[in-house]
Amino acid sequence: MRYLPLTERDREEMLAALGAPSIDALFAEVPAAARLDGPVGLPRAKGEIEVERAISAMAARNVVAGSVPFFVGAGVYRHHIPAAVDHLIQRGEFLTSYTPYQPEISQGTLQYLFEFQTQVALLTGMEVANASLYDGATACVEAVMMANRVTGRRKAVLSGCLHPHYREVCETYARFLGFDLATQDPAPGDEDLGRLVDRGTSCVVVQNPDFYGEARDYSGLARVCHGAGALLVVVVTEILSLGAIRPPGEMGADIVAAEGQSLGNALNFGGPHVGLFAARDKFVRQMPGRLVGQTADLDGRRGWVLTLSTREQHIRREKATSNICTNSGLCALAFTIHLALLGEAGLVRLARLNHAAAVAVAERLERIPGVRLVNRAFFNEFTVRLPQPAADVVEALAQTRVLAGVPVSRFYPKRDGLADLLVLAATEMTTPEDIDRLEQGLREVLS
Amino acid sequence: MNDVSLTGPIASVTGNRGLQIEEKLIFEQDSPGRCGVDLPEPAPFLSRLGGLARQGVIGLPGLSEPQVVRHFTRLSQKNYAIDSGLYPLGSCTMKHNPRLNEKLARQPGIADIHPLQPVSTVPGALELMDTLAHWLKILTGMPAIALSPAAGAHGELCGMMAIRAALELRGERRSRVLVPESAHGTNPATAAACGYMVDPIPANDSGRVDRAALEAKLGPDVAALMLTNPNTCGLFEGEIIEIAAAVHAAGAFFYCDGANFNAIVGRVRPADLGIDCMHLNLHKTFSTPHGGGGPGCGAVALAASLGRHAPLPWIVHGPDGLELLEQGTGAAELSLGRLKGFHGQMGMFVRALAYMMSHGSDGLRQVAEDAVLNANYLRAGLEGELSLPFGGHCMHEVLFDDGFLKDTGVTTLDFAKALIDEGYHPMTMYFPLIVHGAMLIEPTETESKASLDEFIAVVKRLAAAARSGDVRRFRSAPVLTPRRRLDETRAARKPILRWRAELECREAAE
Repeated sequence: MRYLPLTERDREEMLAALGAPSIDALFAEVPAAARLDGPVGLPRAKGEIEVERAISAMAARNVVAGSVPFFVGAGVYRHHIPAAVDHLIQRGEFLTSYTPYQPEISQGTLQYLFEFQTQVALLTGMEVANASLYDGATACVEAVMMANRVTGRRKAVLSGCLHPHYREVCETYARFLGFDLATQDPAPGDEDLGRLVDRGTSCVVVQNPDFYGEARDYSGLARVCHGAGALLVVVVTEILSLGAIRPPGEMGADIVAAEGQSLGNALNFGGPHVGLFAARDKFVRQMPGRLVGQTADLDGRRGWVLTLSTREQHIRREKATSNICTNSGLCALAFTIHLALLGEAGLVRLARLNHAAAVAVAERLERIPGVRLVNRAFFNEFTVRLPQPAADVVEALAQTRVLAGVPVSRFYPKRDGLADLLVLAATEMTTPEDIDRLEQGLREVLS
Repeated sequence: MNDVSLTGPIASVTGNRGLQIEEKLIFEQDSPGRCGVDLPEPAPFLSRLGGLARQGVIGLPGLSEPQVVRHFTRLSQKNYAIDSGLYPLGSCTMKHNPRLNEKLARQPGIADIHPLQPVSTVPGALELMDTLAHWLKILTGMPAIALSPAAGAHGELCGMMAIRAALELRGERRSRVLVPESAHGTNPATAAACGYMVDPIPANDSGRVDRAALEAKLGPDVAALMLTNPNTCGLFEGEIIEIAAAVHAAGAFFYCDGANFNAIVGRVRPADLGIDCMHLNLHKTFSTPHGGGGPGCGAVALAASLGRHAPLPWIVHGPDGLELLEQGTGAAELSLGRLKGFHGQMGMFVRALAYMMSHGSDGLRQVAEDAVLNANYLRAGLEGELSLPFGGHCMHEVLFDDGFLKDTGVTTLDFAKALIDEGYHPMTMYFPLIVHGAMLIEPTETESKASLDEFIAVVKRLAAAARSGDVRRFRSAPVLTPRRRLDETRAARKPILRWRAELECREAAE
């Protein structure tokens, strides 16, 4: 087996050296009833050629986003990833290292995480960010739990325009971890969330741009929250939007929970991605996840370490702020490299390209009879109401190899009033030909 | 060797030391307007941002592509990695990461598919997930696999939620979870997060859980036992079947932390040990890269009594092939709900499956055997020099305590730091908590005999140096690294968690 360096002769010599008659002697502690005598009923070892063939055959059965006009978003976005990103994250020193517990030989990881934390804080307009969480949805529920800790309250108000998966993850944690949610019915449009805030409310969770693509100013809501002693949590599923629209930090957000996939990370069928988590300085000791801090070594040279770990499970055990250990380090690295390449000028231009693409798609779809744009303001994603069920339209267009977006009914199959809604995203990858195919296809299906 | 030259001021004018090059932060290499990506300017269009356009400067630095490539290459050279040497970090399973797996995960048919494109356009993705689940079912003997948890700790949460759901279905509210004192920190953290009182179980003199103490704590208010097997001392819990029976007799569930499944994969099925639920760290046993701390995957194997509570989404075999159930209705009515956005860590699924297919049923068994053989070989090679808290053979990792350093003035930390100067990543230190000054060494199956022989020789020489009174070597270590010991107290007292231009200026002035 190509990954196993021991030869039969090595094994014999080693067993002899430790005085064991056979390998079975080393497993003697295993109860006899639970010992397997031979290999289990699975295929035998395969060479690289055969494995590549088998897995590539599965991959070949999928319709690749890059091979068709593609307008699917809803929390995961197809962007161009510069070649240098994937090259650099595959350096073995990044790919095959562990969590930086030994800082003297992990300064590479620690320094990029410090850069990552700074980038996330700048983008979101917040004061401090952690070294990543699993994904946006889990970052969202961690934000709710942090707000509960900070305020000593246990009820969160969730916007009906929050991504359905984020909402569902909150619901699961609320049920099993014991806190309350007041959730608005899912529907596009404005909500008066302020009226749901009372003295038991720990936070209000909104998304910007929201699940339907609508961008809003939440400054007023922030004031209402703060007046009642509650926090405002802002979720961002398209982090690139912050290259174009005002960041949550400028609207009064206390915690930002975001998905960072759009920078540096491929679609990957939904994972792995990278959760971003930022907050006000005064809440730092209640934050979940790893934090990298600057310090100096014995010679006085600047260096970085994992810090404030007294919040964490490996020190605090049952008193930890979160049970999180592993996060999403390598995806955070991809994010950091992509954003380092873009810089201020590149990010702003990329955001503008995305907005332009979405405006172009919207302008074309609005001209189709029966199609109505739901949004007033949007970034690179918006929702249209179709004259017939969106799921059927999407399926019909998929037959013609156009992936037209996400029907809202995929998340809420039984809910009235949502069946005709379709969420579409456009990015810098969208070409004029793609838009032509979409418009043409939609006209045919709807006619 | 002249020690003074090693610990004294840096000799070069730059602070660089040959291949070790000092590297500024990207924020300190900024030139406004410079960009490492060439993008077109869009044709004029009417903005629909509705007055929300971002004003002012964000503060991101401008670098060109060559600067970015050099920056991250230099950073990478400050990291230790499996690719560069033995990484015997106990309990973390730092084994070789095959590059075939990286290649396969980057195919367009895997990396460039969207979780919300029509299910009819991704049959291969469902096939891959179902195939992975099949392998894990056969290897664990368990009937259901939850793929969506993103890491081991997330898998623990999934398992404890499933247990809670099963208890609620029985109309029971139990309040205590038994956790051995040797457990990973995530176990008590998870149990506490789920609202349970954590009740610790002591270890016995042989490093196993004290069965009498455990059975005495069982009662109608105990929801579960969370046990790691092989345990964090690197020992197999030989009474596990009796323990499982006692747990079940008390109406509780048996959660097993599967972090150490790599020691028994292919030789023991957890179901045969009476386990109800176990997470599998695909980034440990099945070699998906640790990536400096993730991403990982903590798939969970569930017994029939818990499988119906598995989180969404489910993949089921329907009349027309595989189906993706995304709603908690119908067959998935008792599902505990969603734990993560979308369908789980596909990128990790494909790597783990490639690893398993490469080894096959025969090779996976060999993996466990070689991992255990390597650990015992280290044990035999070092037991005369280091001190073993527990007798007998070990499994995939060997635990020493700091007895051999008694009266030397050298601590476990010092000893670990000295290993760094010798070109090794240290073992896990001070864990598990039940032995004094713990050193937990896990070589994994991907180390050669020659590599182990070298490591044994180095550790022996260091142990001899400690005994001979060469304390300074240890206390000042490491000295040959990009940084020497870092001031963690200072980092925590006045946290600096991001770069700020004004702060750097002030520090420089001071």
